Order: sequence, then structure tokens, then C-alpha cells
Amino acid sequence: MAIEAPPRTPERVLMKGNEAIAEAAIQAGCDAYFGYPITPQAEILEWMARRMPELGRVFVQAESELGAINMALGAAATGARVLVSSSSPGTSLMAEGMSYMAGSEVPMVFVDVMRGGPGLGSIGPSQGDYFQMVKGHGHGDYRTPVFAPSSIAEAIDLVADAFEVAERYRTPVVILADGTLGQAMEPVVPAYRLPPRPAFDWAVGGAAGRRPRVVRSLHLKPEDLEAHNEHLQVKYRAIEAAEVRWTGELLDDAELVIVAYGTAARVARTAIRRAREGGLRAGLFRPISLWPFPSGPLADLAARARGILTVELSAGQMVDDVRLAVEGRTPVAFHGRTGGMVPTPDEVLVALRRLWAITPPRSVQGAPGERPPRRSARSVPLEPPVRRASPAPPDVDEPALQEVWR
Amino acid sequence: MTAPLLDRSASVAQAAPATPDASPAVTSPRIIAGRPALLEDKSTHYCPGCGHGVIHRLIAELLGELGVAERTIAIAPVGCSVFAYDYIDVDWVESPHGRAPAVATGVRRVRPEAFVLMYQGDGDLAAIGTGEIVHAAARGERITAVFVNNGIYGMTGGQMAPTTLLGQKTTSSPTGRDERTMGGPIPITEMLAVLPGVAYAARGTLADAASIGRLKAMLRRAMDIQVRDAGFAIVEVLSNCPVGWGMTAQESIEHLDTVAETYPVGVIVDRLKAAVPGPAAAAPGPTAAAAKARATPTPLAKTPSPPEA
Repeated sequence: MAIEAPPRTPERVLMKGNEAIAEAAIQAGCDAYFGYPITPQAEILEWMARRMPELGRVFVQAESELGAINMALGAAATGARVLVSSSSPGTSLMAEGMSYMAGSEVPMVFVDVMRGGPGLGSIGPSQGDYFQMVKGHGHGDYRTPVFAPSSIAEAIDLVADAFEVAERYRTPVVILADGTLGQAMEPVVPAYRLPPRPAFDWAVGGAAGRRPRVVRSLHLKPEDLEAHNEHLQVKYRAIEAAEVRWTGELLDDAELVIVAYGTAARVARTAIRRAREGGLRAGLFRPISLWPFPSGPLADLAARARGILTVELSAGQMVDDVRLAVEGRTPVAFHGRTGGMVPTPDEVLVALRRLWAITPPRSVQGAPGERPPRRSARSVPLEPPVRRASPAPPDVDEPALQEVWR
Repeated sequence: MTAPLLDRSASVAQAAPATPDASPAVTSPRIIAGRPALLEDKSTHYCPGCGHGVIHRLIAELLGELGVAERTIAIAPVGCSVFAYDYIDVDWVESPHGRAPAVATGVRRVRPEAFVLMYQGDGDLAAIGTGEIVHAAARGERITAVFVNNGIYGMTGGQMAPTTLLGQKTTSSPTGRDERTMGGPIPITEMLAVLPGVAYAARGTLADAASIGRLKAMLRRAMDIQVRDAGFAIVEVLSNCPVGWGMTAQESIEHLDTVAETYPVGVIVDRLKAAVPGPAAAAPGPTAAAAKARATPTPLAKTPSPPEA
């Protein structure tokens, strides 16, 4: 239907995150974009406003986020490849349409470039929409896959993946970025990808030569709706089985593991290197799919880690999923900043050292497959740590602590 | 019940024999009425006397007569008429409450070849969906909107709508609609008609057979506007809700004349017919119809022009 742009020559270019996401969608065959201006993602809208008409594709600046998401519903119901983007206050308005799209099984890629909240909040980077996006966004029993890039190059990859996953499972897919990723510029060699177009036997387009089709989410009979919901749940189990994405760094010998995604993972990456320079064996576990959450691999790590530190640009949201995955196998601590503030690597390092200080060493390594004993942060005695043969951490600078312990 | 179906594109009138006395010996039945081919052969869930059935029928007839059924994508609203997709045999997309104009815009933009029909009630279009309808109209989306105004939220049990008449009792205005606290009826079709993107706006009524005939002409014109790529077109239909109004079917039909005192029936704007194209028509700003509407005291303008034949 739409004219495909010729692939660009792979060369190293300096790209802004928002523009990279927009161009990645275009190169992934996006037929239509609907948006509404909001900082810090307005560059996606502006990029699309210029590029989509150039390519003979659809761009509409809607009257509101409600308008944008429902235009997306209409366009995607015809089988078009559709992108929508917004930032936190706007995504709240879009929750309605997301629920309808999940219910009526319409594929679409949704970009949330998170900013500080609640309310109008700030325009600084945040990861405060984790609960909203990962736990279902709108009303009703549904899930949407959520992919969280940590770099602009990864964002480009994930946009193409998101269209593919959306169409494979007939579901909205969220790209969860934050203001830093949206606004930052990085040199990248863009690896654009055009996913193949599947044939849709459900899309509307005029009932010529076939029975009419209805794209709907209403099932008034409880029996019918339960059957529909069970169908959705079967689909979600398939996504959980096939679409878990995560990566790690320096995990092989890590005693302390940081769990962080997106921009927080960029900070954590520096922190674990500094920790190792100081003799603290730290590693990074970075979920890329926030739903489905990489619970299994994280549980395996928890079985041998001395402690886990979750770092977020929030007051503590993903840490709930970390704890559910860890199931008390090792203490889980949290460090976060909010409101557009980003933790520094040194701040994270302090939190790591404190975690080291208050956790006992893992003396018993369980046999493979053996369930490790449950331990929780609360059960850890808080008296001063005993000095051990292993490299001792330097003194903790208490006033610098920003930790939140639960 | 199972009379032979008419051809998809044939109207009742076309199917009727032209010369009944030409062949007196013929014994085969003469079809003088039938179900339009696009209307499903099933009883509806609508209450006895409800106007939706008549409007569905008019739409089914017209989609067939205009030959656009096979490229039609219709948008279903939230409200009693969400189940329109069970009765009219075309492709449908179900919209969230009030968002049909946005959904229709999405369909329209990626399917330029489609015929896009939108069906909305008054709570849907004139309350929760005001933002969407205003901007779809302002963009001049090539969409035909059928706006059913029965002055009440029927599906949820008869609550006050933005279109409810002053003094009218509903389950959420039990002592009658009070202008001081609940505001007055919203003449949304007149409000939309001032937008240059609106090529056609009209209001019809189901009050009697002749009115239904004129309503069909309005709907045909609104569909033709889209076929001619002329702009946004809306037809408001004054319809009844006997159960919500607490009336018999007959009383509710008769009450439509009272409704029409607040909502005058007729063509509000027809920019294609007005034939004042050029910069003046394209420029933003008040049109003649808008100026006329504003010059007239509340709530509405007098009927601006006679209805189409």
C-alpha cells in the first residue's frame, strides 16, 4: 500500500533518540502516524510530519491524545502498520484506546517517552510509567508487550521488532523510553529493518467478495467474554514463552547484581565498572522486555548473588517485579531518583557498597536445580558488617545515600 | 419472513413492477415491499417503537442504491446502536465512546478508496465526543456521519443527554432539565455547520412517513457528498426513545414535533449546492449560515432553508 523508502547506506550518523525512533518506524514500513505535541517526544511528531507525506504515507496531528490513539485504532483495524507516540500525561489519555485495541486485537506500536510525574510533573526523564505500561495501561484484563531500549541503536532495533511482535500476536506493543533517550544524541550505525507483511484475515477494508468483518471488543454475554479473555490469556502465555528479552554484563562472577533498564541501566553500567575498580564484583542484569519480564533468568542469578540492587528513575516500580522473580532468594535493595533527576554512577556505587555492607556472603552454593533458602532484606541483621577476606568496601558516605529500603 | 431477497443494489421502488395492469393473468406475487439486501434477516435488540430500526433500514437501502456497500467501512458507536454491526451487512469497526470520528479518520486516511460511514448517538457525539466530532469536521474528513438524536442516554437507562429538552424528566434529571444547573440543549449540528470543512449538514426527523422520505434524501445527499470528495457531511436524525421517555411508541412519535421546536428540521448548510466556491468559501470565518444562526435567539436558528425534496 505505502511506498517503501530505499534503504539508506549504513553509515555512522549522529541521531537524536526521538528522530531515530521515528525513522526506524518509517523504515519498518509504518503506514500511518498519529500524534499530539508533548515534550519530551515532540520530535517524533515533527519528524513524521515532514517524512510521512514525503513518502506518500499518512500523518495526522490529532486534536488530542484521545483522538490520536483512536485514529490509530481505525487505521490499524484496516491492517495498516501504525505508530503512535506520546509522553506520560498523554499516555494516560491514550489508555482508553489501548484497552480497546488489546480487546479487539489490533496491532500497533506505541512509544512512551516518559517524563516526570504525577500530574503535569516535569519534562525531565523518568521511568515513572512502568506500572502503567507494564501492568496493562488501560482498563480490563490484558497485557501488552513492553520493550525498553537502553540506547538509540537498540531503540532502532526494537521498533522493527515491535511491529513484528505486534502483528504476530495481534496486540499493541509498547516502546518504553524516557526523556533522556528521546532527547540525547548518539552516533549510531542505524540497522533499519523492514519486517515482512503478514496477510490478515481479520482486517476491515470493504466486504467485497467475502462475509463482512467486525473489529470489536464488546462481548455482552459473560460466556462469550470469558471465552475471548481466555483466548487472550493463551496468547499472553505464548508471548511469555517466546518474547522474553534481556541482557547482562559482568554477571559470571558477580556477587552483587544491579537490575536496571533504559537510561538507569546506562548509569548502572558505569557504576559496576567503578565498583570493580574498587574490588567489588558487581554485574548488570538489564531487562529489555519489561513484559514479559525475564523472571526466570533473574531467579537463576538470585540463587547465587549476595544481593540485588534495583536502580530506577522512579520511586520503585520495577523493583516489585524483581522481588516477585527473586522470591526471597537474596536481598533486594532499591535506589531511585524521581522528578526528572537521574542518579549518578557514584550514587549507585554508594548504594552498592551499602548493600554489600549489610548482606552476608553466600557461603553455600546450592546444587544445580536445588531451591536456595529464602532470604529477605528484612531478615538481614543490620549490625555493622564483619570484615572478611574478600575485598572490603570503603566506608559508606551516609549523607549521600538516596536509598529506599523496603 | 423469508421472502426472496432483493438484489444488493436494488431499492424497493426499483423492484416494484412498473405497470401492474399490463398483465392481469400473472399470478406470481408482486413485491411491493421487502427487506433491503444489506439488512440482516434477524429481529433487532431495539425496544418496540425505537427509531434505530428505521434509520438502519434507510442506511441499508442507500448503501445498496449508491453501490458503495462493498467498499464501506462503518464505525459503530457506544450506546444502543453499537450493535448496528449485527444488522447492516458491511465491514465495521467498533469505537470507544465518542471517538467514532477519530476512528473514522484513521480508517479514512489509510483507505482512501473506502466509503466511511459513522453512526453516533447524541450522548456519544454531543457530550463525550465533542472534541473528536469538531475536529474531524474541521479537517473536512471525507466521512458521512449519521447522528441520531433521541435526547437521552438509552442504553444506560434513560439519563439526561446534552440534547435533552429543557424541562424534560430523565433518570438523572428527575425534576426536569434545569437550564440554570444543567445547561440548555446543544445544537451541535448548527455548531458544526459553521466549519468550512463541513460540506453538508442537515436535520431530519422520523415524525411521519413524509419526513422519513425527506430524511432519506438528506442521507443520500450526505453520502453523495463523500462520493464526490466534497468534505464532511452530517445528518442529524430526530429519533425517539419510547422507553427512555416513558411514552408509548405512538406518543413518542408524536412527541418528535415538540422536539423539532428546539431542533428545527431542514438543511443547515449545503456548500456544494450553495456554489460559492473560491477563496471566500475556503477562508476561515463565519459563513452565512453561521451568521444567521448567531443572529437568532437561543437555542437555535430558525429553519435556514427548506428541506430537500
